[in-house]
Amino acid sequence: MTRVLELSGVTKRFGPVTANEDVSLHLDQGEVVALLGENGAGKTTLMSILFGHYTADEGTVRVEGAELPPGRSRAAIRAGVGMVHQHFALAPNLTVLENVMTGTEPLWRLRSDRAAGRAKLVALSEKFGLRVDPDARVSDLSVGECQRVEILKALYNDARILILDEPTAVLTAQEAEGLFSTLRQMTAGGLSLIFISHKLHEVMSASDRVVVLRRGRVVAERRTTETTKEELAELMVGRKVERPARPPAVPGRVLLEGVDLSVGGKGGASLHGVSFRLRAGETLGIIGVSGNGQTTLAGLVSGLYAPDSGALVVDGQAVTVFDVPHAIAAGIGRIPEDRNAEGTIGDMATWENTVLERIWSPEFSSRGMVRRAAARVATDRIIERYDVRGATADARIRLLSGGNMQKLILGRVLEAGPDILVAAQPSRGLDEGAIAGVHERLLDARGRGAGVLLISEDLDEVIALSDRIRAIVGGRLSPAIPAERANAQLLGLMMAGDWSAAEAIEAEAADAV
Amino acid sequence: MRFERRDHPSRLLTVLAPVGAIAAALIVAGVLIALAGANPLRAYALILKGAFGSRLGVSEMLTRATPLILTGLAAAVAFRARLWNIGGEGQFYLGALGVTAIGMVPAVSAMPAPLAIVLCLVVGAVSGTVLLLVPLGLRLRFGVDEVVTTLLLNFVAVLFVSLMIEGAMKDPLAFGWPQSVPVPDSAVLPKLMDRTRLHVGLLIAVAMAVAVWWVQARTVFGIRARAAGLNPRAAAFAGVPLGRTLIMVACLSGGLAGLAGAIEVMGVKGYVTTDLSPNYGYSGIVIAMLANLNPIGVIAAAVFSAIMFVGADSMSRALSIPSYIADVTVALSLLTMLVAIFLAQYRVRR
Repeated sequence: MTRVLELSGVTKRFGPVTANEDVSLHLDQGEVVALLGENGAGKTTLMSILFGHYTADEGTVRVEGAELPPGRSRAAIRAGVGMVHQHFALAPNLTVLENVMTGTEPLWRLRSDRAAGRAKLVALSEKFGLRVDPDARVSDLSVGECQRVEILKALYNDARILILDEPTAVLTAQEAEGLFSTLRQMTAGGLSLIFISHKLHEVMSASDRVVVLRRGRVVAERRTTETTKEELAELMVGRKVERPARPPAVPGRVLLEGVDLSVGGKGGASLHGVSFRLRAGETLGIIGVSGNGQTTLAGLVSGLYAPDSGALVVDGQAVTVFDVPHAIAAGIGRIPEDRNAEGTIGDMATWENTVLERIWSPEFSSRGMVRRAAARVATDRIIERYDVRGATADARIRLLSGGNMQKLILGRVLEAGPDILVAAQPSRGLDEGAIAGVHERLLDARGRGAGVLLISEDLDEVIALSDRIRAIVGGRLSPAIPAERANAQLLGLMMAGDWSAAEAIEAEAADAV
Repeated sequence: MRFERRDHPSRLLTVLAPVGAIAAALIVAGVLIALAGANPLRAYALILKGAFGSRLGVSEMLTRATPLILTGLAAAVAFRARLWNIGGEGQFYLGALGVTAIGMVPAVSAMPAPLAIVLCLVVGAVSGTVLLLVPLGLRLRFGVDEVVTTLLLNFVAVLFVSLMIEGAMKDPLAFGWPQSVPVPDSAVLPKLMDRTRLHVGLLIAVAMAVAVWWVQARTVFGIRARAAGLNPRAAAFAGVPLGRTLIMVACLSGGLAGLAGAIEVMGVKGYVTTDLSPNYGYSGIVIAMLANLNPIGVIAAAVFSAIMFVGADSMSRALSIPSYIADVTVALSLLTMLVAIFLAQYRVRR
């Protein structure tokens, strides 16, 4: 086997922080190496050094035997290394072909050679099984297709080594499976791949070799066939991590009921005749591929907008005023889907972020004046009780890591003692340790009698936390199945819109009761 | 070279930024003065002497600062909430015109002075607000960019003023000059110093700055307005009523600009002409930026700008340097301030 990429002894420090310490890593021809590590383990820094965005303090990068000059961002690309970022950099108003060809031709040429470009693109997409219509507008493509375009863009630049940064973060389970089989085809075609992830099951199913990074160091290297998920988890976190187990539910009265709710076009997708019930002391999991209306459902229950038809009943009372203060006053706690864009305002102080959604309550204001002392006390209490590391009441909240930001959001929601908790993608983007913490809090809330509406794309999370599970597809809710009967295959069918099995199970469960 | 966001922009840097910016602007303007054939240090000394060297200089400088404080506040308040009100100039003129119009009502001139003054100030503020509510309504309703509409309404407002002072509100005793009827004596602002133009408008402006600071820092509305400006989506999620908050911001901002016009006409000029404002509305934008949108900083920035303008007048008489150097220096200080704000928040890395 020929060695196509070799990083040796790479060290990078940012002031007092060491992001990478003596990291050595190699990639052989036709191999898939998984780079596994938690958020902040130094994966991204390492790749930025490879691409010349950062200059390493020590160490070298060799591509096919030749050393790359440090700090030159085009050098790696010219040497045949391509990167597919987690967040796509595509122009939505251009076609696939135009996106792929952008930047490949000299600016001063008056006409572009589209015919040759198209031929090359079609040849590449056939060779590697990356099906996509060259003339489709990117804005019309699904997320999975966009990713294929990103990969094709790298291949079009003659990449022989491809780096995929968290490629499945935005994909559904099915799309991820599709991606993994494509990866196989790509290595068979002579490409070599590095695959960055913190998800264990993907690493297990997609890679030949795993390199585990922790706190900027390589802590282990294993052949994938010779290791287990459990071992990798422990290596990655540095200690044993167990997600909390779900005690049996004691469902009480109906706290939240949706009756034939329809919403058009708010929150990105529509809801069509959605009905559900959520009882005290239970968790109802809503699973679905993003863009199927879960954001709209969460927004509706959170008080962001009113339904076009249908009713939302909170604790026996039909909601008449759909706005946030009324939702919160009615006992609804809201964990938003996007911590940075929706849950917090980065340039405001932690205390302001903590009290903003309840600033109208007499606890935090009187006669239009903010009770700053009370707000700070409440914030300090949350920081302490919820172990929000690195936070002070007066510092800007943008300084917090994702996990700590989520702890603060959980704190501000749970300290109000909500009866109903709407948790949208509560562990998205968090690492293992933080996820376990979030799950524990959600189970605690359920344990003290709150109803939890869990909206998530993560199968493991939904199965682990929910008592009953529904899928959301095209703005409609599937029948509910008990979590005991759920498995990845059944949920996959439900998410794809095939509800026959779920209907049978729901009918069966209804008979048993 | 790349820029990284500083995690903790220090308080010292935040204060040093405008000082450094003004210093840099003075150095660059100094080069221009030297090119024009004068000694820059002597020129600056003369500017300071012009602004501070006499009772009259100080009073003129503060008279000049008064409307600038108010238009600066108008811009700062709006920009905080990311409402790009470029229409301070038009709102200033409408404020002035509103005062004159209400002054034509006979009952107003018959009122006792304090009552007439308060009424006129309120009318001026409301007139300015109305002019800003139009573009805001267009933005909230149809998504029309308020930068364009507020800017263009400035010209509409000035032409409207021109129409009125040539027509319905023309002073019949002004020998045909295009100027409005004077404000009634009952609405003229009392002087602060004898035999100068300085009037109590200065106190009103300073009080407004303190009031705006207090509103922004201490009230629910202040926090909500800032949240709506920094991240509208997160603000909406936290239950901030975006439309209502922006309307309140617009009332405050347009009101302050209108108040500036009202005070200028009630305290200094006495009647409206189309050259009532030497770009006070536009200067307010520069002053707000120089102050980093801080209401108390607006006072300092307005005073700096007034020193330059008043001082440059007397300097140019002594050295035959065109007094445009004041415009150049203030404009330069805006540019250097933008750089300084950036450098205070980011650090340069190789």
